[in-house]
Amino acid sequence: MLRMFRIAAIFILALAAPFASAKEREVAIGLQAAITSIDPHYHNLSPNNSLLLHIYEPLINRDPNGKLVPALATSWRAVDDLTWEFKLRRNVKFHDGTPFSAEDVVATYKRVPNVPNSPSSMATFVKPIVETRVVDPYTIVFKTATPHVLLPSDLASVYIIPKAVAEKATTEDFNSGKAAIGTGPYKFAEYVPNQRVVLTANYGYWGGEEPWDKVTFKILSNPAARVAALLSGDVQMIETVPTSDIARLSQDKDFALASKVTNRVIYVHLNQWNDKTVPFVTAKDGKPLDRNPFKDARVRKALSMAINRDAIAERIMEKKSVPAGQLLPDSFYGTSRKLKPLKYDPEGAKKLLAEAGYPNGFALTIFGPNNRYINDDKIAQAIAQFYARAGIDAKVETMPSSVYFTRATKGEFGYMLLGWGTESNEQGSSLRSLLATHDPAHGMGVTNRARYSNPVLDKQITEALLTMDDKKREALIQTAAETAMGDTALIPIHYEVSTWATAKGFRYTARTDQYTLARDLRPVAR
Amino acid sequence: MRAAASDTALPESALPAPRAESPWRRFAAEFAESRLALFGFALLALLVAVALAAPFISPQNPYDLAQLDVLDSKLAPGEPSSSTAKPYWLGTDDQGRDMLSAIFYGLRISLAVGVASTVIALAIGLVLGLTAAYFGGWIDAAIMRVADIQLSFPAILIALILLAILGQGVGKIIAALVTVQWAYYARTVRSSALVERQKEYIEAAQVLALSQPRIVLRHLLPNCLPPLIVVATVQVAHAISLEATLSFLGLGLPITEPSLGLLIANGFQYLLSGKYWISFYPGVALLATIVSINLVADQLRDVLNPRLKR
Amino acid sequence: MLAFTIRRLGQSVFVLAVMSLLVFAGVYAIGNPLELLVNPQADEVERLRAAAALGLDKPIVEQYAAFVANAFSGDLGRSFVYNVPAIRLILDKLPATLELAAAAMVLAITLGIPLGLIAGLRPHSWIGRTIMAGSIVGFSLPTFWVGLVLIMVFSVQLGWLPPNGRGETVLLAGIPVSFLTLDGLRHLAMPALNLALFKLSLLVRLTRAGTREALMQDYVKFARAKGLGPGRVIGVHVLKNILIPIVTVIGLELGSVIAFAIVTESIFAWPGSGKLLIDSINQLDRPVIVAYLMVTVTIFIVINFAVDLLYSFLDPRVRLGGAAAH
Repeated sequence: MLRMFRIAAIFILALAAPFASAKEREVAIGLQAAITSIDPHYHNLSPNNSLLLHIYEPLINRDPNGKLVPALATSWRAVDDLTWEFKLRRNVKFHDGTPFSAEDVVATYKRVPNVPNSPSSMATFVKPIVETRVVDPYTIVFKTATPHVLLPSDLASVYIIPKAVAEKATTEDFNSGKAAIGTGPYKFAEYVPNQRVVLTANYGYWGGEEPWDKVTFKILSNPAARVAALLSGDVQMIETVPTSDIARLSQDKDFALASKVTNRVIYVHLNQWNDKTVPFVTAKDGKPLDRNPFKDARVRKALSMAINRDAIAERIMEKKSVPAGQLLPDSFYGTSRKLKPLKYDPEGAKKLLAEAGYPNGFALTIFGPNNRYINDDKIAQAIAQFYARAGIDAKVETMPSSVYFTRATKGEFGYMLLGWGTESNEQGSSLRSLLATHDPAHGMGVTNRARYSNPVLDKQITEALLTMDDKKREALIQTAAETAMGDTALIPIHYEVSTWATAKGFRYTARTDQYTLARDLRPVAR
Repeated sequence: MRAAASDTALPESALPAPRAESPWRRFAAEFAESRLALFGFALLALLVAVALAAPFISPQNPYDLAQLDVLDSKLAPGEPSSSTAKPYWLGTDDQGRDMLSAIFYGLRISLAVGVASTVIALAIGLVLGLTAAYFGGWIDAAIMRVADIQLSFPAILIALILLAILGQGVGKIIAALVTVQWAYYARTVRSSALVERQKEYIEAAQVLALSQPRIVLRHLLPNCLPPLIVVATVQVAHAISLEATLSFLGLGLPITEPSLGLLIANGFQYLLSGKYWISFYPGVALLATIVSINLVADQLRDVLNPRLKR
Repeated sequence: MLAFTIRRLGQSVFVLAVMSLLVFAGVYAIGNPLELLVNPQADEVERLRAAAALGLDKPIVEQYAAFVANAFSGDLGRSFVYNVPAIRLILDKLPATLELAAAAMVLAITLGIPLGLIAGLRPHSWIGRTIMAGSIVGFSLPTFWVGLVLIMVFSVQLGWLPPNGRGETVLLAGIPVSFLTLDGLRHLAMPALNLALFKLSLLVRLTRAGTREALMQDYVKFARAKGLGPGRVIGVHVLKNILIPIVTVIGLELGSVIAFAIVTESIFAWPGSGKLLIDSINQLDRPVIVAYLMVTVTIFIVINFAVDLLYSFLDPRVRLGGAAAH
């Protein structure tokens, strides 16, 4: 018996031996979402784009603030309204040793729209290009059919691969590593779907030495598991710190937080598909209303005024959100300084509702996802609380995004909580997608789930889209934004702030595009 | 009651109750033999009373969003409200919901969900399991293959489909849990019944030409019950925690009407950050509920089991 | 016996067909995969292209017909998300889950049955009562909660065990297993315990109930009266009597542990098929869901077949092949 106990004790001690500490120039990072492929053109998905930026590079990159900076292209300019010239970087080698030149760009852009079985391709970004001309190995000219100001921004999403790979490789060749060849600061080492991605340093990188020899990205989708991995030293950094742990981590000297406001706005769309009826909005006694109240700008404004955005930021988001007055935070292109978040004013909201013919308010159901945006279900509940104080009976129904978005797109909800990240970082494209009159064939109002329609706004958006001059265009977008917000075309709630947590001895430079990049993680002197 | 005399001819299912005492009194006396069971019964009675009286004894209606104040969110136990200065004895959750009231109301829902789904699933499983075992042949095959399909269909997918088709609510979650659980009982019952079916007393009953429903209900059923009661009492707990798991995955009850499980699932996020009360106290309430149900059920099983008569 | 096997095989094909139909209808009812797959910034042309590429532009009936046609040639479709054959994705992840499930079941059986026997033989002793009380705690608390508490104690506070992932693996008969390496065991310990806890409690309670009952039966009383040693009485007579319900429940739990270790796998980031299933459901990756459920329903059929065979082995009175009792 004693012997057995002794054996058991040895066994337990062996199990409990401290696990190997991370080596000097190795680092492990906990990611939130799975990487679905190593093929850079297979799935246009933010987690993929973020991770693959280590292996491959686009012509133009973005800095942590979202500004376009040279990458494989050293400079670019619009020759005229329909012509763009890109000067390419010399002396860049792919991981397999072949030199980079204009032919690789041509071959890559040719491959992009033709990736078999792609669930979401990058074709949108290269489609404006109707003609490509290679002037010399380091100069390339693109022609577009209509003026397309966003071309540099679009091309920042398309990663360049060698011509030989672009012509033959399948998505599976990338996943196995055979074709995972880019010019980026790290090389592919291992990919296990839904589990981890391992990268090693590319010592010949044109941009200089990287801080790490080996980087392991672990997929830790469960927020608590992610935090636990950081606390126990299993990883040195995690992305998307759950707000519930922010207070604790910011007080703990062994950890540091880095955060930055993102280009994602959380907003409410109000269903205006129909003049007469609107789903899940009734009088307080449950009887149907005689018309759709959301068609009335006064009602929309009242619903916006009744939300205490500061309380949501403070209490629900642990200060990791910025109250919103438009579709992008103030520092972004095309935003108007005049548009501030609406002040919380339940009395004013009641008055406006009375003016609009609802002195006793009405009843509505707030619909929202519960696994898509940061604290989405909690925000919905908080809004319902505020509405109670403005005389509106609000119920809350939240559901997983697999169910939610299909129904939201079909117009089955009256009041819907949504989010929008503007990847181009300029407000014109978000106004066009969310608030232009629904006309998908012409790329207008593609995601306008409210079916909000305002001819004045449509005209302003179209005009801005066709203006090449940056200054003029920004002024036009600002005017359009003022028109939209003045009409409360949607109710902006806040901009998400993304947060990273690092262990002692590491520091991360937070990014506005939510990307988690090993190159922005640096050791700090202890 | 017509053939009461024939019971004694069938030794395994005999109920040799002396006629002098009323069966209820006898039952109560046997039940009270265990002090632990009595304690369990008292605790369960208290919890049920709290659940029933929740609207009258709670400081706040936690389901009425108008009564919540997000500015009071995540207060530690005993801290006062910022507006009314009344203390929250067990703290508040992230919406400013009084935990004490939330637990009282949550108890109601959890008990209802756990008990209702178990009873319904048990009834369905019992009928189908007995039918399968007794009749055998293609009936058995059909029922068991449906059970196979059911068992390999994940609860999450069932809950998601029901959510998409029917929407959210207590009734829907009970439906999902019943769908998930009945096959489990059906197989358990069938396994016991397969053994019992071959025993002498069933043959004796068949020789006596008793009607089939009578053989199944009066003789087969009581002898299949003991393992089933064990599984069922555990499954009440399982149903409650399955509901918690579905809530944890965002598929459970409406978030504004939390059950104990949903409270635990919500508070779960705060475990690592030291705000223990959001999931700890609901956890204690859940534990107490399940312990009391099981103490009572353990003793019930012993008292009711025909084979454990001394 | 042979006839029994063949009949069961025929039924299984039918079960698989029903299953695939249910999943198709179910996923269709939940939502449109394109809403989740296509980047929201994409335009209408891109949406239509993706729908065509994934075959989602056709009516649902046509999609199902195409699936059935392919299934007969052994092709269960390619994952919408990963663009690899769904069945390969599942088979890659299955060994990790099987290992976790096996470890959990071994833990539950080797601890559960002895503890249950002790509690059944000494129902009124302090040890019997402690075991019973402990078993209640084991199944009262939700798995995700217990899992996180385990991580908090053993990884964060004590730093003894790694909080996530699967450890070093070695090949055993061509299948990667982790229980043969120390690192693998350290990774396996907590998730296996977490998963085993509920089954363990259930087995303790079932064994105790069966034991108490067996002790009251005449043949056990006889055996004792004959002067048989307690070891033989328990080993032969008591255990034999309680095995049928226990085997049933083990079968049921083994199946569910293989198929749905979802919560444990996501808390411990265990790279198994349960995590794959929940991700696929969240993404509406229908080919993977269909293929996955085809695999699990097959596993259930096999387990239940084995359990039915075990019945007749454990108790010759159980006649298989379903000859009716009249």
